[in-house]
Amino acid sequence: MLGLKTDWVLEPEPRDYALADYEGCQAKWCPGCGDHSVLNAVQRLCRDERLPPEQTVFVSGIGCSSRFPHYMKTYGFHGLHGRALPVASGIRARRPDLNIFVATGDGDCCSIGTAHWIHALRYNMKMVVMMFDNNIYGLTKKQTSPTTRRGRRTNTHPDGAFLSPMNPITVSLGVPNASFIAQTVDWNPPHLYATLREAFHHPGFAFVRVMQRCPHFTGDNFELFQTDPSKILLMTHPDGVPVDDALIRTFTTRVEHDPADRMNAFNHAMREDVLPIGLFYRDEEAEHYDSYTREGLDTTPAEKVEAMDKLLDLYCV
Amino acid sequence: MNHIVSPVTAKIQKDAVTLLDEHIVEIVSDSGEGAQTAGQIFGQASAMMGNGVWTVEIIPAEIEPPSRSVPGASGNRIRVGARALHNAGDKADVVIGFNEQVLYSRIDQGAFKKGTHIFLENKWENDPREDVRNTYNEALTDLRERGYKVTGVPMEACCLEYVRDARRGKNIWVLGLLCRLYNRDKDLMRKMITRRFQAKGEKVLNSNLQLFESGFSWARSNLTQTWRIPPRRDDRPHVVMNGNQALAMGCMAAGMEICSMYPITPATSVSHYLAANFKKVGGFVHQAEDEIAAIGFAIGASYAGKTAVTITSGPGLALKTEFIGLAVMAEVPLVIVDVQRGGPSTGLPTKVEQSDLLAVLHGSPGDAPKIVLAPSTIEECFHFMITARRLAEEFRGPVFVLSDANLATGVQPFPRPRLSEDQLSPPIDQSDWDPDVAPYNWDSESGLSRRPIPGQRGGAYVLTGLGHDRHSKVVYESGTNQKTIAMRSKKLAALQRTLKPPTIFGDDTGDLLVVGWGSTRGAVEEAVTRLRKQGRKISSVNLQFLSPLQPGLTEMFRRFKKVMTIEINYSDKKDDPAFAGARRPAQLAMLLRARTLIDIDFWSRVPGSPLQPGILVDVLKHRMDEMRGATC
Ligand SMILES: Cc1ncc(C[n+]2csc(CCOP(=O)(O)OP(=O)(O)O)c2C)c(N)n1
Ligand SMILES: [Mg+2]
Repeated sequence: MLGLKTDWVLEPEPRDYALADYEGCQAKWCPGCGDHSVLNAVQRLCRDERLPPEQTVFVSGIGCSSRFPHYMKTYGFHGLHGRALPVASGIRARRPDLNIFVATGDGDCCSIGTAHWIHALRYNMKMVVMMFDNNIYGLTKKQTSPTTRRGRRTNTHPDGAFLSPMNPITVSLGVPNASFIAQTVDWNPPHLYATLREAFHHPGFAFVRVMQRCPHFTGDNFELFQTDPSKILLMTHPDGVPVDDALIRTFTTRVEHDPADRMNAFNHAMREDVLPIGLFYRDEEAEHYDSYTREGLDTTPAEKVEAMDKLLDLYCV
Repeated sequence: MNHIVSPVTAKIQKDAVTLLDEHIVEIVSDSGEGAQTAGQIFGQASAMMGNGVWTVEIIPAEIEPPSRSVPGASGNRIRVGARALHNAGDKADVVIGFNEQVLYSRIDQGAFKKGTHIFLENKWENDPREDVRNTYNEALTDLRERGYKVTGVPMEACCLEYVRDARRGKNIWVLGLLCRLYNRDKDLMRKMITRRFQAKGEKVLNSNLQLFESGFSWARSNLTQTWRIPPRRDDRPHVVMNGNQALAMGCMAAGMEICSMYPITPATSVSHYLAANFKKVGGFVHQAEDEIAAIGFAIGASYAGKTAVTITSGPGLALKTEFIGLAVMAEVPLVIVDVQRGGPSTGLPTKVEQSDLLAVLHGSPGDAPKIVLAPSTIEECFHFMITARRLAEEFRGPVFVLSDANLATGVQPFPRPRLSEDQLSPPIDQSDWDPDVAPYNWDSESGLSRRPIPGQRGGAYVLTGLGHDRHSKVVYESGTNQKTIAMRSKKLAALQRTLKPPTIFGDDTGDLLVVGWGSTRGAVEEAVTRLRKQGRKISSVNLQFLSPLQPGLTEMFRRFKKVMTIEINYSDKKDDPAFAGARRPAQLAMLLRARTLIDIDFWSRVPGSPLQPGILVDVLKHRMDEMRGATC
């Protein structure tokens, strides 16, 4: 408590953690909400990756899904509607040592936060972004979101949503320097976990769209995919989301997709007859903005004063 | 004093040098003709020679406005004095015009007076275009009728001996003329020209030095009367820079690591200076996708223990409001610089105004107390950044630095700041956090608390913009809300208790006390000085803290018969019947009336230019005469 800087204290062994080490407040989502299963998967991931809770930050916007940080026992930042990504980028800018996760909803990310989403994809700073897509505004009680399918009745469009939905995957694929774009579903824990794990090990900005059930407002939304698994298109590849044979066998509709192939990723992403899951695109060579933002971190106070003295000399009369 | 002989062939006469207390020089051209470069060098050389200097840029709103157009006026006003100067002064004494049209923009601004010497490029009288010749000749007659002393100067003709395109040389030629006219140190100016053009190669450098000599010898042959402004006595080493450069240097001296911004005039140039130099101190300029992202990024960096600043102007401030509220609510240290411009909306992007005060104080929904500082000189632009950073950390919240377009481009010498390591932000604390200490462990007296930084073991908490208790747990319960909002308010009260009353300029009792804030200080104090010399019982005070206000204001105000503010923002005019009974006050007046319950009067205008002390003298005299009438 002396305010001692202990950056240099090395932990001889990574600590082991239990799930309880990551469990924050009791989650207050509705029973059957898909957010619960993402929370479970993430807590398992943290434990398995032995992430020190104090080195881990969950950043979110506003929405049901954005309550996520409160349910973790790590550092958290539950900020403003639509603005999780600028905050997370700012945290990352000078803290290469932290593990950063972002929880955002379809309204949070693809409506009010769209500008930040597009630019964050391009900045490609290291973090895992989980976009909880329930095709609806949950917290504010059933308004149309950008991903609500056309014709669905909501409180803002009681005669049915006017326009066809936006496709967050094709939008992401279109952003230059985007480097990791995946899709998974909350009701398949092994695939969800494997996708998040892959995202966590990605060196840049890993965007994962999680199809998330909202029994309260859009209970029928993903029913078809749950009752008829053949409607889900499993994308497999040695460079994709690793899935074991047992899991593969549960999917009858499969396709081999090389995540290096961006054009083909578009083709899969645009399919409307099936719901594709897996890794659409990965580019580990993409540039990282954080490699610039963290430059000069090791500048000492003495060096700073010396440099400023020189600068001031230029203004001297 | 008609010291100008027109024929170029006039014999060299013995110099007649007149000593001056001060002079105001304007160099006005189309944009792109380099008048600003000439102005800067002239101002800097004068500062180096020990003069008091205040320089302001004359900026057109467009990058390349049409040539020879009134709104295209671009250049510099340089006020040089035998004592320290803190404002741009009244009317110009000498004007160098590259064409007659741009002068009209200055005339609109009330920049000239009867007797102003205008040195005007005379090539237009022989222009092949008839309409150009005509407008030039008409303007010449008009300018003389207005009482200006106009001298035609063959700038282009002289320049063409050395360069093919005189538009790229006139400015340095003019510098030669000014060097002679004001008896500046010629070697020093040659050195400064060399420093400026060295990088462009020997050829460019040599032709510029020739242009300088040519302007100098033209003046020597044609202007028999010259002036000298003696230096003031101050042996301390000085630096010369503008307010935005000072803010940028202040950011670095304060140990900022991140400047997160989105370009907006007149704030942007702060980030330009930072972008050019920040690396040297290990800092980074983040140009965000918009102002919301800019402040969000800064808040993220700060949450993670790194000191950050975001810099903006009116329209950007509007976008940042929601995040400002979050920084107050969740107590995230952050310095926010607002270089004010004319508003509302896009307003007057390049012009000065002090219209953001109430928006900064009250612009966030909900109760959002924050600290607001207003530098009044270039020197304070530097030092206030260090203070702001410290206050932000100590009081755990956003701190505003309210500058304006006048300070942003005003150039002034000030004592070279002494830098030290303890002005820098401390390294981030990563020691273990005592888990028994809550993340908002508010001190019940002061509302202060220390915050855990990610990485500190035992300190993990979830920051939230929702109502929360000391553990940062979301609570909507009414008692907690009342209490926690009070905690944030207590911080301002605690800070106020540590402040001293502001210093009065003049006597601390009298007839009229003029209250101002920010960049108007120089003009106000100059006006007050002149009126005091006339025997008036007038004083002034400049408020550097606008939130919390410095203590003792009510008592101070009571010692004067009348108190009024002078501001560059809109208020309804006193005598206009349209506002009878519903007169809207100037912003500081509104604040002070509410806080002191004193009937504070005000005079404010939005001319888009700095206030001239001469105009203030008239205004204040008038108000004082009214008072006398009222008491008789
Ligand atoms: C600036 C602002 N506008 C609107 C809101 C209200 N609001 C809160 S959450 C939300 C939408 C949430 O939908 P989504 O992001 O899809 O999250 P979900 O609740 O479905 O998980 C809205 C409109 C707000 N908090 N802030
Ligand atoms: Mg949603």
